[in-house]
Amino acid sequence: MEATHVHGAGHAHGDDHSHHPKGIMRWITTTNHKDIGTMYLWFSFAMFMVGGAMALIIRAELFQPGLQYVEPEFFNQMITLHGLIMVFGAIMPAFVGFANWMIPMMIGAPDMAFARMNNWSFWLLPPAGILLTASMFVPGGAAGTGWTLYPPLSIQMGIGMDMAIFAVHILGMSSIMGSINIVTTILNLRAPGMTLMRMPMFCWTWLITGYLLIAVMPVLAGAVTMILTDRHFGTSFFSAAGGGDPVLFQHIFWFFGHPEVYIIALPAFGVVSHVIPAFARKPLFGYTSMVYAIASIALISFIVWAHHMYVVGMPVAGQLYFMYATILIAVPTGVKVFNWVATMWRGSMTFETPMLFALGFLFLFTIGGFTGLVLSNTAVDVQLQDTYYVVAHFHYVMVAGALFSAFAAVYYWLPKWTGHMYDETLGKWHFWLSLISFNIAFFPQHFLGLAGMPRRIPDYALQFTDFNQVSTFGAFGFGLSQLLFLYVVLKTIRGGEKAAAKPWEGATGLEWTLPSPAPYHTFEEPPVLSEAKGHA
Amino acid sequence: MNKQRNADNRRVLVRMLVVAVLMFGFGYAMVPMYQKFCEVTGINNLLNADDPLRNTQVDTSRTVTVEFDANLHGLPWSFKPGQSSVEVHPGELVHVVYRVSNTRDHAVTGQAIPSYGPQLAAAHFRKLECFCFTRQTLGPGESREMPVVFVIDPALPEDVNTITLSYTFFEVAGTLAEPASKPARPGA
Repeated sequence: MEATHVHGAGHAHGDDHSHHPKGIMRWITTTNHKDIGTMYLWFSFAMFMVGGAMALIIRAELFQPGLQYVEPEFFNQMITLHGLIMVFGAIMPAFVGFANWMIPMMIGAPDMAFARMNNWSFWLLPPAGILLTASMFVPGGAAGTGWTLYPPLSIQMGIGMDMAIFAVHILGMSSIMGSINIVTTILNLRAPGMTLMRMPMFCWTWLITGYLLIAVMPVLAGAVTMILTDRHFGTSFFSAAGGGDPVLFQHIFWFFGHPEVYIIALPAFGVVSHVIPAFARKPLFGYTSMVYAIASIALISFIVWAHHMYVVGMPVAGQLYFMYATILIAVPTGVKVFNWVATMWRGSMTFETPMLFALGFLFLFTIGGFTGLVLSNTAVDVQLQDTYYVVAHFHYVMVAGALFSAFAAVYYWLPKWTGHMYDETLGKWHFWLSLISFNIAFFPQHFLGLAGMPRRIPDYALQFTDFNQVSTFGAFGFGLSQLLFLYVVLKTIRGGEKAAAKPWEGATGLEWTLPSPAPYHTFEEPPVLSEAKGHA
Repeated sequence: MNKQRNADNRRVLVRMLVVAVLMFGFGYAMVPMYQKFCEVTGINNLLNADDPLRNTQVDTSRTVTVEFDANLHGLPWSFKPGQSSVEVHPGELVHVVYRVSNTRDHAVTGQAIPSYGPQLAAAHFRKLECFCFTRQTLGPGESREMPVVFVIDPALPEDVNTITLSYTFFEVAGTLAEPASKPARPGA
């Protein structure tokens, strides 16, 4: 289905452009969803580099047993900041960036529903990023608790911990505002004729992600506020010395933490649901079942939180319940993977870079899903809790899942954003280097975990050396490959082959009816959708 | 149209904000909710002490009589068990005492050697504390109560119903004779 009539796209709107501030003020004061989307994406990339550098410090220290480069305290701080920065600073803003850029264009809206709040939700991010990175330089250093901020350690640490708490508060506020904006945009600003069940899948995933964020980010804010008052204002929510219970924090944190996993994964699913049909030149298989699968994944994600804490001393009945509920999530996830594969079935596939990343996502995310099923089993998890097996599992889901999907999204939409085609050869190099080095870095960590190597430890027993060295080589390879990504993106921004309005033969959706690069103002008059059945 | 849209947007915004504020409250509400949940289900009650420790290895279906015997071999001591016999369950930790006193006016050192009847009981008689583990030196006229702590292994053969524990004190060579001369003390 295409828009039969696009109005307002690319028309001159001199009165709008004339009073735009130039230079830096343009970016600080902008309320344009495209500008804000761009800023989200660059912020996310900057944080990705910072968090990545921290990961390389971790991997360098783990290249050999014993302590070589950093003190154990600093190692713990790197572990914590790497986790917080990658989750809250890199992956989440990246997908909010895609949402800002693409959702108004996908549903035929002129901008986000609350354009000024949009500006604010972006500009909250840099202070949070600065708070997190600057906390390394205060007395006592950054929080060294791991990104989960478990008490009692989080009650005991220095001022770096307070900075992390405030950063989480600010990031949470930004996420909540961003989600409200996205949900309102999707609910209220769709072009006439675009019913919910005709909406592009990326919008569906973001609608549900938005609801998830609004439901769970405040719970995280509450949990870290309780830590803050335990630290400074004499409450005893978690402090055992005053009658509190440290395990309570884990229950509250993971009530946020498990839906958070799907907050990251669902928009990634959305991107893949666009890229695979485009390059298989077939409509998405099972659109309706995809929507129901997303919704049921989101609902079930609220009732499985304690599978992160099987070993806290839970009754067997509790362990069994959380085990079965967790395994249940495999059903809707399986539906999605089946639908993606069925979309490719007998399609006329080509393998441009976005498709390669989507396929990489499909393979590696499925591996991460399977190791998740292994871990969901209580009897097995008691062995594997807090080992490198868990680290391998969630990096397959977060990196090969969310990050690969983000790369697919960038390559897929870059022609629309810049008006230029990226360098296909370099894009493919980026994919293969990332794919191979990612697996070199993280596959051996499964073996390390099965052999019993604990996570978050700067030193290890000698028998783990070989696999750790392989993993470190892979990690540095992966890190360096991302510089190639930066080069490809910069090269595309500066020039390259002119991109057509619809550079991908099989792509569908309103965004491809706009010229490339997309004009500053689009769909000021809503497009008229054809009456044909089927989703955009 | 635009006014209508703004009103619609604001309505969604207000609803979402209410949800966000409620969920913040829900985070705090989890504290009493979990407390109540644990109270009702009886799990994780931090104010109640754990059940007192109980030895689950005791075989209460069997009772074994342990008889005590004391002998002296050439020692000028008196040596008697504090009790002639006790009834014990296999696996149970048992405390008994022996009484010993030195009838001489100088210190004497002895060493007790245990023996068991029937002999096969020896393998199932686990002494955790015994005066026979070390030499005992008694000063002039000194009396002492000496403990024996033991467990009868539940693997004790079924047909053994009575075990006799017999100690014999032997003199440690050379300590019985009167010291020829006391060592000179400096400054005496």
